[in-house]
Amino acid sequence: MNFDFSDDQKQLRDQARKFLAEKCSPKAVRVVLDGKAPYDKELWKGLAEMGFLGVAIPEEFGGAGAGHLELCVIAEEMGRANAPVPFSSTVYLAAEALLIAGSDAQKKKWLPAIASGEAIGTLALFEGKGNPAPKNVKLTAANGVLNGVKKPVADGAVADFAVVAARTGSSGRDGDISLFLVDLKAGGVEVKSLTNLDPTRGQAEIAFKDCKAEPLGAAGEGWSILTQVLDRAAVLCAFEQVGGSDRALEMGRDYALDRIAFGRQIGSFQAVKHMLADMYVSATLARSNSYYGAWALSTNAAELPEAAAAARISATQAFQHCAKNNIQVHGGMGFTWEFDCHMYYRRANAMALGLGSLTYWEDQLIDRMRKKNAA
Amino acid sequence: MNFDDTPQEAEFRATARAWIGANAPKQYEEELRKSSLGRTALKNANILEVAKAWQKKKADAGWACLHWPKEYGGRGSSPIERVIWQQEEGPFGQLSRMFIIGHGMCGPTMMAFAREEHKRTYLPPLASGEKVWCQLFSEPAGGSDVAGLRTRAEKDGDDWVINGQKIWTSGAHYSDYGILLTRTDPTVPKHKGLTMFFLDMKSPGVEVRPIKQASGASDFNEVYFTNVRIPDHQRLGEVGDGWNVSLTTLMNERSAIGAAVSTGFPELFEYCSSLMLDDGPAIEDRAVRSKLANWAVKASGLKYTSMRAISALSKGERPGPENSIGKLVAGSMIQDVATYALDLQGASGVISSAEDAELAGRFQAMLLRAPGTRVEGGTDEIMRNIIAERVLGLPGDIRVDKDVPFNKIPTKGRG
Repeated sequence: MNFDFSDDQKQLRDQARKFLAEKCSPKAVRVVLDGKAPYDKELWKGLAEMGFLGVAIPEEFGGAGAGHLELCVIAEEMGRANAPVPFSSTVYLAAEALLIAGSDAQKKKWLPAIASGEAIGTLALFEGKGNPAPKNVKLTAANGVLNGVKKPVADGAVADFAVVAARTGSSGRDGDISLFLVDLKAGGVEVKSLTNLDPTRGQAEIAFKDCKAEPLGAAGEGWSILTQVLDRAAVLCAFEQVGGSDRALEMGRDYALDRIAFGRQIGSFQAVKHMLADMYVSATLARSNSYYGAWALSTNAAELPEAAAAARISATQAFQHCAKNNIQVHGGMGFTWEFDCHMYYRRANAMALGLGSLTYWEDQLIDRMRKKNAA
Repeated sequence: MNFDDTPQEAEFRATARAWIGANAPKQYEEELRKSSLGRTALKNANILEVAKAWQKKKADAGWACLHWPKEYGGRGSSPIERVIWQQEEGPFGQLSRMFIIGHGMCGPTMMAFAREEHKRTYLPPLASGEKVWCQLFSEPAGGSDVAGLRTRAEKDGDDWVINGQKIWTSGAHYSDYGILLTRTDPTVPKHKGLTMFFLDMKSPGVEVRPIKQASGASDFNEVYFTNVRIPDHQRLGEVGDGWNVSLTTLMNERSAIGAAVSTGFPELFEYCSSLMLDDGPAIEDRAVRSKLANWAVKASGLKYTSMRAISALSKGERPGPENSIGKLVAGSMIQDVATYALDLQGASGVISSAEDAELAGRFQAMLLRAPGTRVEGGTDEIMRNIIAERVLGLPGDIRVDKDVPFNKIPTKGRG
């Protein structure tokens, strides 16, 4: 058994960590946090040059063709560095949707542009309150023309194109939903930035008014494709969340060793030690669940839906737990804008909602476990 | 990344599987499979006898104590082969739990510190289950402070004379031998005045009294020593070096990697899948699903943490203290799971007898046994200390008795 990343993959991790430590310091993240730029363009360019944006995109479409385990490794480092770039929306959502359902022409048009950093993509799924469900898709598509409003759309204000979920039928079944590709720079699109929990990753409202769109995948297959995209993104996001959890735990640990109160390092008090030990426990469980998700993703195993939901829940909880308690360890300093703790707290709580809430994934997990047990 | 055996591992697995298939006591398989925490007895057989017979059979065919050297009754297997064996042994492995203290702790301590002739005499019958061993460390005043023990050993000619009391001794009531940690010098700081021995539990002056636990079962004992004589050649390690010797034992105590930790989750999921609540199937209830999902990811998190540790073994690496999380997470989880399963039963959840209770009282037994899991082998708090200190590198607890002679340490809560 070798339930671990290979030496080459670990080397890639080291390389990514080193690169991000240099190019994505907390100071760099703050430029975006403070609203001085919508995302870190230099970093985005650098990620493209390193080959990280196209790591899982096949070589024939301009990527490195390495694979999804390699992408998991990069994702973890992106989370650890709290990178302020539209990575997850472009690479996990848009690129994966294209890989799963895109025509050859669509892949040729967009995938090389993603890998080279020229195109930012996103998925426009949500329409206000509610979790991923066909009934929550109200935006309509008729004769290749979209009408309706999507929000929130991750990185919608900086994206060049979007994969849009639209209603094409009224049977009340999953088959009512189809996917479309929209060039957001063309006409019929109005974009409004939305202030959100995590300013280092923007959210937007996008209104489509008689907007021309081309189908992505077969008509009526939209929901089935979306489910696959969300599962794959769940695993990749889980790695970001694991990276973030580890970093928040490290920050808490380092501070507990550094800060003296009552004449002792605060890390020598059991209340603090035990809080950090519990953070380690949730981060470790999340990591292990995510590894299982990575295995399922990279082998396209039948277990992927269940593994993805488990990784999603576990990693979401771990990141929220670690980010929250990191502030607690820091005390009052942790609640200042000046300290970096809140950046991870923001990211943890924003990521917890991005692919649908925990409630949604809990439901998915139990359904999938039942199916497996019945089989 | 994969879950595949190497060719050698696959070959070992096939051999083990074939032998177990041909030799295991299949008549007990179903009962062992369904026995969960708090319910390991067999209905129509004495579990100790069944366990001894299975162990002997394994020993005769060379499958006992896989990681021990052959000359001491083992097989000389690699750690990963031991894990594979445990996976293949499945529910029959429950029987080996009768010997876990002897095989997991006493044996390795004997191997590290006993004289060669003693190893050759005592280890093979321990490996084969013919002789059962216990570990005599804990004391009434000790708890997590193991080194605070008071049982005295005083030199008298070629013998040592033992007086005092031990507690929480698993299996002492059916043990033939034990390893015993004593205080030989009360005038030095507590860790420095200890000495380890092994002894015949049938020696004059040894009295074993089973303790009735909160669960109603009696797995543990109090053991009293009144002028018990132990010859000096049964000393393990140097006089005054008992703490170091005991660390070897305790390091082996961490449950063997790969052995599945009981979380109660599979039982709960199965239960909820068929349970009808007042307004429909439990598994379709929003609140039930949320609870199940939260426990599901803990159970799978533990499972795949263990897979990562096995992978490290497979590569010849040694997994570290991070594996303390298994007991920490599973211990409180099984308690919560049992509580919840009873809550789902409503008022009738209170009934615990096998004849009348839901699922033959499985969750009731689990509930009553669970608190012990969170204490034995180190409390949750000790486990958290281990993780915080050894994994995260946080400072150790302040120990005010560290440099004080043992006989000068206060013994009362208020002074």
